[in-house]
Amino acid sequence: MPLTGGVVRPLLELAGLRKSYGGLDVLKGVDLAVAPGELVFVIGPSGSGKSTLLRCCNRLEEPDGGTVIVDGENILASGVDLNRVRQKIGMVFQAFNLYPHMTALGNVTLALRKVQGMARAPAEAKARDALAAVGLADKQAAYPIQLSGGQQQRVAIARALALEPKIVLFDEPTSALDPELVGSVLAVMRELKAGGMTMVVVSHELAFARDAADRVVFMDGGRIVEQGPPAAIFGSPREARTRDFVAKLAERS
Amino acid sequence: MEDGWARFVFAYLNPDVAAEWGPKIFEGAVITIELGLATIAAGLFFGMALAVLRASAPRWVGRVIVAFVDVFRAWPPLVVIIVLFYAFPYVDLPMGAFTATWLALSLVLAAFAEEIWWAGLQSVPKGQWEAARSTGLSHLQALVWVAVPQAVRMTIPPLVNRTIAIVKGTALGSVVALPEILGQATSASSLAGNPTPLTLAALAYLAIFLPVVILGRWIETRFAWKR
Ligand SMILES: Nc1ncnc2c1ncn2[C@@H]1O[C@H](COP(=O)(O)OP(=O)(O)OP(=O)(O)O)[C@@H](O)[C@H]1O
Ligand SMILES: [Mg+2]
Repeated sequence: MPLTGGVVRPLLELAGLRKSYGGLDVLKGVDLAVAPGELVFVIGPSGSGKSTLLRCCNRLEEPDGGTVIVDGENILASGVDLNRVRQKIGMVFQAFNLYPHMTALGNVTLALRKVQGMARAPAEAKARDALAAVGLADKQAAYPIQLSGGQQQRVAIARALALEPKIVLFDEPTSALDPELVGSVLAVMRELKAGGMTMVVVSHELAFARDAADRVVFMDGGRIVEQGPPAAIFGSPREARTRDFVAKLAERS
Repeated sequence: MEDGWARFVFAYLNPDVAAEWGPKIFEGAVITIELGLATIAAGLFFGMALAVLRASAPRWVGRVIVAFVDVFRAWPPLVVIIVLFYAFPYVDLPMGAFTATWLALSLVLAAFAEEIWWAGLQSVPKGQWEAARSTGLSHLQALVWVAVPQAVRMTIPPLVNRTIAIVKGTALGSVVALPEILGQATSASSLAGNPTPLTLAALAYLAIFLPVVILGRWIETRFAWKR
């Protein structure tokens, strides 16, 4: 991990982040710092603001207050080039959101070509590498509809990775998958983590959290209620709300 | 009975009249085809331009486009043709029958195409936009590379049907003396004192539009695709 004056500079730093829809306060002041190479695992009941939190990090949702600093840059500053900043922040969605009219290779090359301005040949070479990295070297010509859910999600991960982001945000990446396909996606995420990628993962996969997460964050009602190492949050949570939620999650899985 | 049939053949299937006026109908067919192709090109181009503009310009621009679209979907195409043909000379814009018919049908097709494509753009899932924007594409890039191609595919069946319906309106040009198929056929019929040219016209329309209808069906099945 790169050190600056003995202190690790966070790659992602949220301070006092607030967001409301109409009268509904969804984020009520969230502070969170994610160190380079760290995997932060976010859990919380439905509606607690987990997705909103991730979507504020690349301004898919516009925060109402607070700061979002990515790689040392305040991305809420006026005049910031959002399309440039977003390439540093990969995002993986629950519903994959692959472009159905493009092949796997086309999905991965689009931003390389249109945003980064790469020529076709190098963009495709890079996209092939990204697809190979998620175990789909042989699927580059397939359209999304011809792929299983697990394969589609891995293409989506490759699409994010090809841009060489500093951090990748995962919003329930395996929730839409049949149980037997979950493992292939989690395996790719484990490899990413092992390769040093910084990740924020919203998910219910507790087993994955136990062995891959550096820190677990429990959200409820638009706030971070409790956070700590997986063993602490899952084994001996301090807050009653955390205990209840973890117990429910464990029951379900 | 025998007599009735003979009179029918003489009136509608008269070989002598057909031979004499066939070339005129053919000339008309050339104009019909030119007019149809020009209408499709201009109408679809303008319709797409309006849909893209509406999806990316400020709200008031969208409202202007909606007003245009609603007006031209409400007017009968024949009214537009006649108004353009008779009104424009007064404002010192000479407008031939061909130009008036072409412009009128193109505006009507543009209005319908805009509405169809707009609906298609609206039905592109939000997640598609989010995926595109999250990788750094601008709104316009996401529109052009992600939303429009999906909207176009989704809307092929209604668009093909609407295009065929409007392009058949080339026959309306006969009202402003455009010598397309129907115009040629009606004047030929009165000159010949025999309706056989109208039979030729019907056959000419079939020859032109039946392949288009079949092509339309082929395009619909070819591009029918599920997400
Ligand atoms: N675009 C929106 N407009 C209005 N309300 C919204 C919008 N997006 C989210 N919300 C509301 O904000 C709250 C938090 O939503 P969010 O999606 O962040 O929760 P979540 O923790 O991700 O829940 P889940 O586990 O169900 O995905 C919910 O009450 C939701 O209804
Ligand atoms: Mg969510």
